[in-house]
Amino acid sequence: MSSTDISMTRDVHHVHEEHDEHHHDQNFFEKYIFSLDHKVIAKQYLFMGIFWAFVGGFLSILFRLQLGWPEATFTFLEPILGGWIENGKLNPEFYLALVTMHGTIMVFFVLTAGLSGTFSNFLIPLQIGARDMASGFMNMLSFWVFFIASVIMFWSLFIETGPAAGGWTVYPPLSALPEAIQGSGDGMTMWLISMALFIVSQLLGGVNYITTVINLRTKGMSMTKIPLTIWAFLLTAVLGLLAFPVLLSAALLLIFDRSFGTSFFLSDIYIAGQALSNTGGSAILFQHLFWFLGHPEVYIVILPAMGLVSEVIATNARKPIFGYRAMIGSMVGIAVLSFVVWAHHMFVTGMNPFLGSVFMFLTLIIAVPSAVKVFNWIATIWRGNVRFTAAMLFAIGFVSLFISGGLTGIILGNSALDIQLHDTYFVVAHFHLVMGAAAFFGMFCGVYHWYPKMFGRMMDEKLGYIHFWLTFIAVYLVFMPMHYIGIAGFPRRYYNWTGFETFNIFTDLNTFISLAAIFGFVAQFIFLFNFVYSIFRGRRATENPWHSNTLEWTTPVLPGHGNWPGEIPAVYRWPYDYSKPGAAEDYIPQTVPFSQTQSSNLPNEKDFE
Amino acid sequence: MVMANFPIEEDNDHGVHPLKFSLWLIIISIIMMFAAFTSAYIVRREEGNWLEFNLPGILLVNTIVIILSSVTMQLAHNSAKENNVGRLKLMLFLTLGLGIAFLVGQWYGWADLVQHNIYFGGTGSNPAGSFLYVLTGVHGFHLITGLIFVAIVLSSSLKYRVHSKKMLRIQLCTVYWHFLGGLWLYLYVFLRLNH
Ligand code: HEM
Ligand SMILES: [Cu+2]
Repeated sequence: MSSTDISMTRDVHHVHEEHDEHHHDQNFFEKYIFSLDHKVIAKQYLFMGIFWAFVGGFLSILFRLQLGWPEATFTFLEPILGGWIENGKLNPEFYLALVTMHGTIMVFFVLTAGLSGTFSNFLIPLQIGARDMASGFMNMLSFWVFFIASVIMFWSLFIETGPAAGGWTVYPPLSALPEAIQGSGDGMTMWLISMALFIVSQLLGGVNYITTVINLRTKGMSMTKIPLTIWAFLLTAVLGLLAFPVLLSAALLLIFDRSFGTSFFLSDIYIAGQALSNTGGSAILFQHLFWFLGHPEVYIVILPAMGLVSEVIATNARKPIFGYRAMIGSMVGIAVLSFVVWAHHMFVTGMNPFLGSVFMFLTLIIAVPSAVKVFNWIATIWRGNVRFTAAMLFAIGFVSLFISGGLTGIILGNSALDIQLHDTYFVVAHFHLVMGAAAFFGMFCGVYHWYPKMFGRMMDEKLGYIHFWLTFIAVYLVFMPMHYIGIAGFPRRYYNWTGFETFNIFTDLNTFISLAAIFGFVAQFIFLFNFVYSIFRGRRATENPWHSNTLEWTTPVLPGHGNWPGEIPAVYRWPYDYSKPGAAEDYIPQTVPFSQTQSSNLPNEKDFE
Repeated sequence: MVMANFPIEEDNDHGVHPLKFSLWLIIISIIMMFAAFTSAYIVRREEGNWLEFNLPGILLVNTIVIILSSVTMQLAHNSAKENNVGRLKLMLFLTLGLGIAFLVGQWYGWADLVQHNIYFGGTGSNPAGSFLYVLTGVHGFHLITGLIFVAIVLSSSLKYRVHSKKMLRIQLCTVYWHFLGGLWLYLYVFLRLNH
């Protein structure tokens, strides 16, 4: 078995009675398909994530066409959409399905599975100095369960009644009653099955990440010497472990309501004048359960991006990260607080105003650790010897987007202001900047930075710059105007607003947004080309192309199974010794003992010499 | 099994074994699921329109059965430690039997509910009843996974693969089984207090 070799060098004395006869070369399937190697699993997640990102992006272009040109005829889309175009018009229910699937795909399949799945898998063992994940088997299972969830979700796009259409938050009663909307038929059933599998996959992955970080760190790698990426992945996994089961519970109750006639979320509903038999349910209950996951989920998306960005900024500013412990503290703070703010999504559900103020207070506190992180990133770049690599540009872009989107969060967090802004494009603008775009930037920053370790080649920098600038400009052009129409009261998830006198004046603005969105989507093909082309033709990478301190850069150009050919290196220092005064070079890898750096040691480090 | 090709064997001496650690994490996620169910139960109950009924009497019997099964599981664990293979097998058999008895008992509990016109779904069902079915049902599902685990340990003990030098598997099984018992105890007390 493949993972047997892993333990060979480390625990040589542990003889594996049952395995030694299997010392054959791995065949194609073991190596690339059902691999137990965390690096291969990471790439599998990455490829799936990229695939899903293009699907999700494409869906958004479709509904932006409708919003940008509400009077146009879309007969040219018939070859792709078939029956969903009726007499040149997009079917309104299908519009809702598009929005729903776009949200679901982006939040869960791209920014949760694609982001954490890729980078937690790839970086945790490499950066803490482990041969692999705690359980390679569970890790593989996690990916394949995710794969099955993906197949079901993808398939649901093509069924006759269309995919789920009740919004990514699938509020009942809309999502619970097939009579209510076509998408609440089979499409919703598939959505629920797919999401249940997805949750199982995330839990399998998360259990592994946590166990690995806690148990398999190499010698010297204390919790205060691990890179911030690892702290971020650890906290992300903890959030997932606590939040996803709650979503599973909610999904289960919804499944029972839909298929077994229970009334957890349904009560006193009339359809076409006919009363349904359900009594005693509470739709608000679902919202509580959903957002108890939903809010931590947004941090599940953003924390890994924060971790990647911290690492890339420190490396490319050639400076120690500013406030390492404050960074850890604020991430822990964000993680804890994220469990006690969920009702800020529910200010207008008729909740007790006093309860609303409590949640408002807790919500606004989150701004504090968020701001600490922002200041620390800026302070790290400040007067740094900045190298503007493509990854660094995306990292800086992340900080910018996180600030722009975070500020509107503080506005939304006020329960009084939210009465006006709830369910308008203001909210859409807020979360696309702070979560959507920022997390994507974090992901791009990660891909550009760790690509050499993943594929042994470099991505093209020039194309990276073009990709960055086009994306950065497009993101702001798309989402800034949305604040404006949102403040004017323009509601989200409306197929058509031309019937409303007040909103007609925004037609041009909407067309503009749609054009910018198409422009931004097209720019992503530059990335796709660069990514695929460089796998085969990119410039060959060296072991440590960015002169970085962390452990993954001490492995060979293409690390094999087990990561280090010889012994696992021990660690002596924190990962941020960049531009240390007195040092020979502007970086000192974690593996260099203090005894070799006497000229640069600080007074308190003399003891370790 | 998962642990068969696990990179680190059990006698690693620094701290908890990674698999045991993983098991605890899985237990935490199951706890979160039930925390969600039971808090939803309370929230929903506060809103009124809640059907009050008596819990089936057999639940108390089931509770005693599952506590007994925890005792036998612990004895099995201890016997493995003392290399008492005969008693180990006996105790595992007993655990398996008691576990199945518990499930059968829960089934009778459901039958009892139906007899009193308390249904899971459909016309005339009330969330009060539905919640009871969900709590017992989801617990029962996890108990089945526990039984499979016990069966696996039992089968390896029949092949003399469980003994004082190979404790990991039975340790994990014991932890999981005690957890399932404790979980039921919590649910039972919760239902007693809140129905
Ligand atoms: C400064 C910190 C933040 C505050 C105070 C804040 C506050 C809020 C509030 C009050 C809402 C509800 C608006 C409404 O529906 O009426 C909201 C929505 C949302 N926020 Fe934030 N937020 C913050 C940061 C973030 C971050 C970091 C993310 C993600 C990484 C995020 C993601 C979202 C999402 C996805 C929604 C909309 C969900 C939906 O209705 O579809 N927020 N935010
Ligand atoms: Cu939130």
